[in-house]
Amino acid sequence: MTAIQSLTPSRARGHRRSGSVGSGSGRVGGAGWTLLAWVLTLLFFAPVGWMALTSLHTEANAAANPPSLFAPLTTTNYNALFDRGIAPFLINSAIASITSTLLVLLLALPAAYALTIKRIEKWSDVLFFFLSTKFLPPIGALLPIYLIVKRIGMLDNVWTLVVLYTAMNLPIALWMTRSFLAEVPREILEAAAVDGAGLLRQLWYVVIPVAMPGLAATSLICFIFSWNEFMFAVNLTATIASTAPVFLVGFITSEGLFLGKLCAAATLVSFPVLVAGFAAQDKLVQGLSLGAVK
Amino acid sequence: MTALAQQRRQDAESGPRRGPRSRARWILRAPLLPAFVFTVVVTQAPFILTLIVSSLNWNLLYPGSRDLVGLGKYQSFAGLSNYLTVFEDARLRQSVVNTIFLTASVVIVSALLGLMLAVLLDRKFLGRGLARTLLIAPFLVMPVAAALIWKHVLYNPDYGLFNGILNSIWRVFGAENGPVVDWVSNTPMPAVAVTLIWQWTPFMMLILLAGLQAQSGDILEAARVDGAGGMQIFRYMTLPHLRQYIELAVLLGTLYIVQTFDAIFSITQGGPGTATTNLPYAIYLTMFRKYEYGQAAAAGVVVVIGTIIVATFALRVVSSLLKEELTR
Repeated sequence: MTAIQSLTPSRARGHRRSGSVGSGSGRVGGAGWTLLAWVLTLLFFAPVGWMALTSLHTEANAAANPPSLFAPLTTTNYNALFDRGIAPFLINSAIASITSTLLVLLLALPAAYALTIKRIEKWSDVLFFFLSTKFLPPIGALLPIYLIVKRIGMLDNVWTLVVLYTAMNLPIALWMTRSFLAEVPREILEAAAVDGAGLLRQLWYVVIPVAMPGLAATSLICFIFSWNEFMFAVNLTATIASTAPVFLVGFITSEGLFLGKLCAAATLVSFPVLVAGFAAQDKLVQGLSLGAVK
Repeated sequence: MTALAQQRRQDAESGPRRGPRSRARWILRAPLLPAFVFTVVVTQAPFILTLIVSSLNWNLLYPGSRDLVGLGKYQSFAGLSNYLTVFEDARLRQSVVNTIFLTASVVIVSALLGLMLAVLLDRKFLGRGLARTLLIAPFLVMPVAAALIWKHVLYNPDYGLFNGILNSIWRVFGAENGPVVDWVSNTPMPAVAVTLIWQWTPFMMLILLAGLQAQSGDILEAARVDGAGGMQIFRYMTLPHLRQYIELAVLLGTLYIVQTFDAIFSITQGGPGTATTNLPYAIYLTMFRKYEYGQAAAAGVVVVIGTIIVATFALRVVSSLLKEELTR
């Protein structure tokens, strides 16, 4: 029985294809398709590129019409952001997203261990329960959460966001972690168990090292989602605990000629996520599809 | 063998609930419990409260006399009348229509564009990795930042890039100035939709590209050797293979895009009038502008039920992919 169970995953690994095989033909009209691919790619990237470029232009040049591509570059817009006090908002965002990501890992890793490696009864029902919570629209929970948070005096508190973001990302992390743990060879775990290693030692010395790249990608994806979250942040915080997206919304209403500063703010707040996303891009699809697609 | 194994597992499951065996089972379950309890408390308990509030007449502007477990004072029990209001109120009904239109148009267009890009990026070409990296950028830009950039930097009638480009083109042809188009005011819904399509196309592209790359190269090669053309292969082999990936992308996209709040909040504030108010934004307005807690909760319940219907299909697709992975 155990022998058969331990056979299945290794067979699964044997059949998994790695590397990609193109389905289009590379012979006829190859250059044309390449050109089309690049034209579309640049069209999609253009707003991001324009945002970054405009953030380095003076307000006069940023508002020039027709647009001025080659205006001199300056960092005055970024300096203005820090003068206007963007730093506390960035710090709040960092606290909320990094702490919640760590909490998510702390909760998801043992859970995924029980569901994947130990295969406790009804493991797939439990997995789907977690997944279904991800599909519930947060707007449906905003009112009760607001009432409860107000009641316990946690409005405008960054730890409220930490708890909510942890709940928001836990299903994603659990599903991703599950698919990574499924790749940990059972033979090693069984050997460790026979040698008397307890749960924590097994997790620390066997599971984590094997699943490390996957866990890193999982954390980056959780970080992205919490960093970008807006609805809870704008409705549950006021001044002390507000995060970067809340700064953006408040910032634009109080500025006159502001295209350059807006672009600088948008670039600055998007920068950590762009970096995290590019770093995790091979695993991004796995996170976005909740572990269903590799 | 399978039957035997199943029998044994059944035996194990129907075994005694007490004693060392059930203790061992709880030890196995223990690592799951923190995550499970946390999720139930944070995500399920609020919905019970939503259900309760949805049955109350509760407007914050009128002082109520009845206390709801210390959370606030409501006026009276309302039964199902809040649900009636949700379906009769013109603004909320408009928001249902808007939500369906916005979600459907964004999902369909971004799925088609995503499919096209995925097919283009499935080929090997110079700088493919860089192209993919650049393509996912729109999805990573903070949604609020993206919405504000589109509104002010691209759509703005006086300084925006779009009118700026029109201006440049018109000048090439000798005209003094190009047309001044106020995109957000003239076409509010398409303006929001285009922004969202831009953000979500990379998401679709990534899932579909993963689907294309999971296709067996041998079978495609065999088809090619047998003389099948590129279009034939795509129509009769790639598309059927991609079907469940397309389903997944569309269902997940739907579930996420239905929840759109950032873009509406930042670009149009739901206006002009109710032209771009979707359900999440309408609920937000009911809650924090009209202070009709009962109605907001009822609308929330309606959204949740609608979502559960879509989510059931999504879970089915995920479940079939999971089974495939386990039996492979």
